[in-house]
Amino acid sequence: MSLTLLLVQGLNGLQLGILLFLVAAGLTLVFGVMDFINLAHGVQYMLGAYFAAYFAAQTDSFWIALLLALPATLLVGLVLEFLVFRHLYDRDHMAQVLATFGVILILNDGVKLLFGSAPLQVPMPAALTGGFPIMDGLLYPHYRLAIIAGGLATAGLLWWLVERTRVGMLIRAGATNAPMVAALGVDIRRLFMLVFGFGAMLAGFAGVMAAPILSVEAGMGDNLLILAFVVIVIGGIGSIRGAFLAALLVGLVETLGRTMAPDLMRLFLDPSAARQVGAALASMLIYIAMAAILAFRPAGLFPVRAS
Amino acid sequence: MAEAVLALRSLRKRFGALTVTDDVSLDVAPGEIHAIIGPNGAGKTTLINEISGVLPIDSGRILFAGRDVTGLPLHRRARLGLARSFQITSIIPAFSALENTALAVQAGDGTSFRFFRPAATERRLNTAAMAALDQVGLAHRAATPAGAMSHGEKRQLELAIALATQPRLLLLDEPLAGAGPEETERLVGLLRGLRGRYTIVLVEHDMQAVFAMADRISVLVYGRLIATGTPDRIRENPEVRAAYLGEDDIPLMASC
Amino acid sequence: MGWLRKEAPALLLLAALGLAPFAGFGEGYILTLLARAMILAMAAVSLSFIVGGAGLVSLGHAAMLGFGAYAVVILDDLQVVDAMVVLPVAMLAAAGFALVTGAIAIRTSGVHFIMITLAFGQMAFFTASSLSGYGGDDGYTLYARSEVNGTRILSDRLVFHFVCLGALTASWLLCHMLLASRFGRVLRAVRGNPMRAQALGFSPYPYRLTAYVIAGAIGGAAGFLFANATEFVAPAYISWQRSGELLFMVILGGLSGLHGALIGALGFVLLEEWLAHQWEHWRMIFGVLLILAVLFLPHGLAGLPAQLGRMLRRG
Repeated sequence: MSLTLLLVQGLNGLQLGILLFLVAAGLTLVFGVMDFINLAHGVQYMLGAYFAAYFAAQTDSFWIALLLALPATLLVGLVLEFLVFRHLYDRDHMAQVLATFGVILILNDGVKLLFGSAPLQVPMPAALTGGFPIMDGLLYPHYRLAIIAGGLATAGLLWWLVERTRVGMLIRAGATNAPMVAALGVDIRRLFMLVFGFGAMLAGFAGVMAAPILSVEAGMGDNLLILAFVVIVIGGIGSIRGAFLAALLVGLVETLGRTMAPDLMRLFLDPSAARQVGAALASMLIYIAMAAILAFRPAGLFPVRAS
Repeated sequence: MAEAVLALRSLRKRFGALTVTDDVSLDVAPGEIHAIIGPNGAGKTTLINEISGVLPIDSGRILFAGRDVTGLPLHRRARLGLARSFQITSIIPAFSALENTALAVQAGDGTSFRFFRPAATERRLNTAAMAALDQVGLAHRAATPAGAMSHGEKRQLELAIALATQPRLLLLDEPLAGAGPEETERLVGLLRGLRGRYTIVLVEHDMQAVFAMADRISVLVYGRLIATGTPDRIRENPEVRAAYLGEDDIPLMASC
Repeated sequence: MGWLRKEAPALLLLAALGLAPFAGFGEGYILTLLARAMILAMAAVSLSFIVGGAGLVSLGHAAMLGFGAYAVVILDDLQVVDAMVVLPVAMLAAAGFALVTGAIAIRTSGVHFIMITLAFGQMAFFTASSLSGYGGDDGYTLYARSEVNGTRILSDRLVFHFVCLGALTASWLLCHMLLASRFGRVLRAVRGNPMRAQALGFSPYPYRLTAYVIAGAIGGAAGFLFANATEFVAPAYISWQRSGELLFMVILGGLSGLHGALIGALGFVLLEEWLAHQWEHWRMIFGVLLILAVLFLPHGLAGLPAQLGRMLRRG
């Protein structure tokens, strides 16, 4: 395998990690503050992509679509919170899992009903269609670099919000000990709505950014959601820093593993067997990594919750 | 004194800047009822948690039945014969009183990796469980779901669970907590009836009750043991009286 | 006789399934549907055993089915088709997977456990998808159903119906006995009050892991039957949505006893079948029903009569 391929795959892994982080950030905060497990967080990502596709088709502009899609995902998130989620805070995790699974079923089919079953395409913004020469004869798409940059900027903003503002302080305190924060007279429900809406919008943002490079289709959020679960389990529930590092780790392992595992297997096996075993191994890699990390640190890399 | 059932040697524990257990050493003799008293925040429950293995200690040694158990977790100490009750009632609400107690008997009766015979039909378990329920006066409530019992009955059941393990040492964390006057009287009578047959360490706020049933009392203040002795000696100890100055629930002068 | 009365719903249901082929439900289409319902009920019973019995809410139980089904596929590819070999291998494969993943997952609890089982289930799914030798995403068509003593007796619809019913009954009885045994008593105690169980000297871990492995083995057996029922296996059968559906069956029926899983699974499959014929986007209705069931049926369908009774008495 060439160094160039490694570099490209490294950048792709970084980009996947960034998208994962945007989805995982909201999930881990919602978990941390409300002890609420939301399987339907992935549909926010899908909705972001669908809104982007819809608004882009209507306005012929990716940028206007981006601006419209963000409040739209925020709105859907708040409506879901109002209709379903807030009735589940006092229930056990199993009830939360099932009801939010129901939300997934509704929305995955709902987008098919509204937008048709065929996958949608979102054209790349014209300004970012080119590529950046990272080596002789190799261009890395501007757009993917823009995703990395936009994601990093958002991560920075999030870090500032959580670490440096009053609301952020409450969120961190809530993740450590929610009853304590409630006892201090903070309206924890309003705090949660805020965290929830913001998390939904971040996931939607990730969906908008991913829309031009993926096909927009029902169920696209589900697989990403499970990767996001792996991310927050590895990072430690409630920890933004943990989510960030774990997201990059998972993104890189996932992407590089798919490239490298078959090559590595070729050292031991004949080519066709190596391809099969390598592919199987690559798909297991992040879960093996998760298991290894949990074996040593059952609460994740950066545990937040006071036991 | 016969060899101690439980021996604490220089236990220390800190939570951040707060020393909650400060050089505590103590011997508990077989068959005695040993009460640990002290003002609020003295670290009594912490000490119980350290002895039973819920909380690790920073330094010191805990000897139980001649064995060093300092590093053993809760369930291993339990298997050596250390039974404990909890300050907040800890029973299994969905189980009947009988099944709660039979589970405790089962803990000391061979392996629980038996998969096919219904446990509810094992006569040996049920007989021993009924005997324990009888000892605390709950035999007539054997079939009642524990979750549906009154508070006082739950405390009695908790005692039956502890007795059913045939423990070498009973650790009781505020066995009278939340009990009304009548219930308290009944529970004190029960505990006094166990004297000599069981070794009991208990933490309790109700001073009247403590002085009525304890053979020896240890006084804990800010994590330190300031005195250990018979109720009469404790009553006369000036340091103890100073520690309790201003608290009005102390019957130090009262006759029992 | 108290046992008989308590288990009457389950016994009646099993008896009805036994009579169904002779009571006008003997058509191929209906038997296929019932076989599917019974096989999923088997998986649901094993899931109910660990959720209701041990408090282990697994969102990766479909992977157990998957290991059983893919054991059939891989052995079929090697031309090993005798059920006496294939079934034990299917159960051992699933149990082995349960042992390895359970050993890690059971060290955690609550939400961590849910997410980790989900992740391991997804791992099984993607691994199955990457097995290009067995059709990858497109799945693998079996040459034929497994043989018993060299005969193709399982291909007979009626025989297969009763094999599924027998397997379901056996799974239900087994889980029942396990929950009533000393072992099961400790499991239930750990679920009800882990601190109390530990203070009595029971370490939860080995009991939970054992239960998880047993449930895995039953799931593997269900996977074996599933592959035989459809004669086709694809990764889509073991996606995480399937795990969610299994959990839904368990909750829909109610957790108060294993019969809830039976009722839930049959109700689920029949409802799914009916809705799918009504509207292309039936899953939306399904999602709404799921949310309503969680919000308004805390004790599931099995608890519905008692719930209605309470409401009536309250006026």
